[in-house]
Amino acid sequence: MSDITQDDVGYVAPAEVDDQDLYHPKSWITKYVFCQDAKVIAIQYSATATAIGLVALVLSWLMRLQLGFPDSFSFIEPSDYYQFITAHGMIMVIYLLTALFLGGFGNYMIPLMVGARDMAFPYVNMVSYWVYLTAVLVLIASFYVPGGPTGAGWTLYPPQAILSGTPGSDGGIVLMLISLALFIVGFTMGGLNYVVTVLQSRTRGMTLMRMPLTIWGIFTATILALLAFPALLVGAVMMLFDRLLGTSFFMPNIVEFGEHLSYGGGSPILFQHLFWFFGHPEVYIVALPAFGIVSDLISVHARRHIFGYRLMVWAIVIIGALSFIVWAHHMYVSGMNPWFGFFFATTTLIIAIPTALKVYNWTLTLWRGNIRLTVPMLFAIGFIITFVNGGITGLFLGNVAVDVPLSDTMFVVAHFHMVMGVAPMLVVFGGIYHWYPLITGRMLDETLGKFHFWVTFLGAYLIYFPMHYLGFVGVPRRYFELGDTQVFDSSVGDLNAFISIVTWIVGFAQIVFLYNMARSYFKGKEAGQNPWGACSLEWQTPQVPPGHGNWGKELPLVYRWAYDYGVPGAAHDFVPQNMAPNDVPMAEKGRESSRSRKA
Amino acid sequence: MITALIIVLVAIGSVVFHLMSPWWWTEIASNWGFIDTTIIITFWVTGIVYTAILLFVGYCIWKFRFQEGRKVEYEPENPKLEWWLTALTSIGVVIMLAPGLIAWKQFITVPADAAEFEVLGQQWQWNFRLPGKDGVLGKSDNRNITAENPFGIDPKDPNGKDDLLIEADDLHLPIDKPVKVLLRSVDVLHDFYVPQFRGKMDIIPGMVTYFWFTPIRTGNFEILCAELCGVGHHAMRGNVIVDNQSSYDTWLNEQQTFEQSMAQFETGNSIGKTAGLASKQVPDVTPQKVSAQ
Repeated sequence: MSDITQDDVGYVAPAEVDDQDLYHPKSWITKYVFCQDAKVIAIQYSATATAIGLVALVLSWLMRLQLGFPDSFSFIEPSDYYQFITAHGMIMVIYLLTALFLGGFGNYMIPLMVGARDMAFPYVNMVSYWVYLTAVLVLIASFYVPGGPTGAGWTLYPPQAILSGTPGSDGGIVLMLISLALFIVGFTMGGLNYVVTVLQSRTRGMTLMRMPLTIWGIFTATILALLAFPALLVGAVMMLFDRLLGTSFFMPNIVEFGEHLSYGGGSPILFQHLFWFFGHPEVYIVALPAFGIVSDLISVHARRHIFGYRLMVWAIVIIGALSFIVWAHHMYVSGMNPWFGFFFATTTLIIAIPTALKVYNWTLTLWRGNIRLTVPMLFAIGFIITFVNGGITGLFLGNVAVDVPLSDTMFVVAHFHMVMGVAPMLVVFGGIYHWYPLITGRMLDETLGKFHFWVTFLGAYLIYFPMHYLGFVGVPRRYFELGDTQVFDSSVGDLNAFISIVTWIVGFAQIVFLYNMARSYFKGKEAGQNPWGACSLEWQTPQVPPGHGNWGKELPLVYRWAYDYGVPGAAHDFVPQNMAPNDVPMAEKGRESSRSRKA
Repeated sequence: MITALIIVLVAIGSVVFHLMSPWWWTEIASNWGFIDTTIIITFWVTGIVYTAILLFVGYCIWKFRFQEGRKVEYEPENPKLEWWLTALTSIGVVIMLAPGLIAWKQFITVPADAAEFEVLGQQWQWNFRLPGKDGVLGKSDNRNITAENPFGIDPKDPNGKDDLLIEADDLHLPIDKPVKVLLRSVDVLHDFYVPQFRGKMDIIPGMVTYFWFTPIRTGNFEILCAELCGVGHHAMRGNVIVDNQSSYDTWLNEQQTFEQSMAQFETGNSIGKTAGLASKQVPDVTPQKVSAQ
């Protein structure tokens, strides 16, 4: 452990490259609109993602209206319902979570946490955002074309995605695919930037094994995304060709409502492989930044170093690598060669081991800590609980034979919402409560924050925990209504109604959060420098909020890892990363000699 | 304090909900009880881990709550503990994975004596084809589909002549006889799913997928489509009726063969058939394109 802890502080390698000059904005437009400063781009990404996320929130209310009270809302037609679920899923996974974690947190945190003045390629970074915004606008445009947005489900499986039995098969699906392609182009620009910045722009002394786990999570997730999104891109382009040019990449011989179509020879399963080759890493593109951020939240607020830092780093890397060889666990009942099941079930359950170790290390970080139950800490704990819950249900679905009865039921819906919806969103909230003081210079209101946490956490648990049991009963997902049926008794409907009611309550709690953000911007308590007493570099900037170029005249020098909390003998309970060993204030002699670490 | 208590209550509440919940799987009607057993094993392993982690977190939050000047333990790594946790987790994974893979081996190993029948999925109804007296299904292809030949059976294949066709009607199966379900689609993806049978498999146009099971109790079981197939997805229902052998034989004798249906079509006796499958029992959902035009 010599390279991560205080045993080896002091030596700082010389800089390999001189400090580079930055692009300085010359007008209001280049400062706030077409801006190259990663911090502004981060806010632009986050605001856009939040705005489109609110659309997804409203869509979830509408779909829960239908599911909870299937006979009461005649304005929701089956085609509307399928459009709601499709747009909700697509927005949440791609346009909200991916954009928020990488474009939002990534842009803000990478330069600050590695001690850089900005991203490696600020201009490309700026273009990345504008392409992302274009992708979002194209997505929104698809709501207004004849036939509406696509209702093919967020997985967009052909052939139905481009045939007339599915809503939005005219313009909706075309714009959806174009929007995805644009998103991937924009993301690739940003993603290359994040990777290069982490590899090349770290300040002196910031070795890879001294980086905060937030950076490790975002860095690894970005590499995954750069490797995974191209599969989705080719899938989207091929489907566009099938739809517009009459090719048959994914289209076999089809008779649609008694009419022979001109397609033939293509394979619908090929699309599923491409989709999930992207789709499974996508889960970790969302989860790994959350893993990283939550590690930092837990450590800072438990006033204790993260437990097993090197294992945490390697777990992130191993999970990232494994995530590329588990994709077909989404396809156990797809009709692919059944022998794949053995391989993919084994790899999938193996991935549980590094993931479980991360959970153990989060909880062991709490052990003999000094836990402050701040709002970010509450969200971090909420994450642990919901993530473990969603993770263990993954062991059901990943275990091929067990997946057979549960696949395509509400169990799947409950599982992935818990593990990649609720858990990462709790981290997003925790991260915002944690870094809002850095970004704005003011604290978010704690009372409102606690209200937001408890309603969101307990509400989400009440929504998704019972939902698993609907899956056991056998309720299929993506059903507009259960209708007349002998399989399910009326209690299934009662549970659906209950879930719907909780959904609206949790949704409204998010409005309280938005209110808190708006109000605290003007009226929040002044945060001052480093209000949480954190070690990592982003809190050590000369100005709060950090100014253009982040670091004033001199770049910081890094002497230690990002987790020097509770260092024996030190006077304060944390030692910032950029504090030289000789500058660390020590406790008076008497206390130091009596320190016994296990006390 | 309250936070720790709530976490403990979440742990206890989850266990109580699991034990008391009225929402549990339907009474099994096939031979796949071992899948249910694997689920129970998985519940035990994961349930113990989940409860233990929640209780541990709750304990830590209470025991190590913030106190000014509290000394925290400085121990960045503990390789021994980390190895132990890795080993224990691996054992847990093996306990779940082993029965899962065994069950999967059974699931994909179709017994030699399984009787074949075909499910033909179509927006948005279920059709079935039985091999008839010769025990062999005739060759089929979507390209052969016409109004009078909605199954796309190859008219030149002699094996197809005696195939029994069941259009948008109930399927009957004999009890305690293993069956291999061959799945074929006319248009888009579907998935043949009967909750009580536990098994399910996607139906893909352009290929034939399959799975097998043995019905172990008589009764009427509802077929649900489990793969999104357009606006009528939720309304794509059908029934499998598991009979004892004698009622099954009676039902079987009433079914029409491919040859009979072709002959009937040619003599114009069956006006209902002329429009082909699409006219029958399509649920009341109009596809977008149709309504837009």
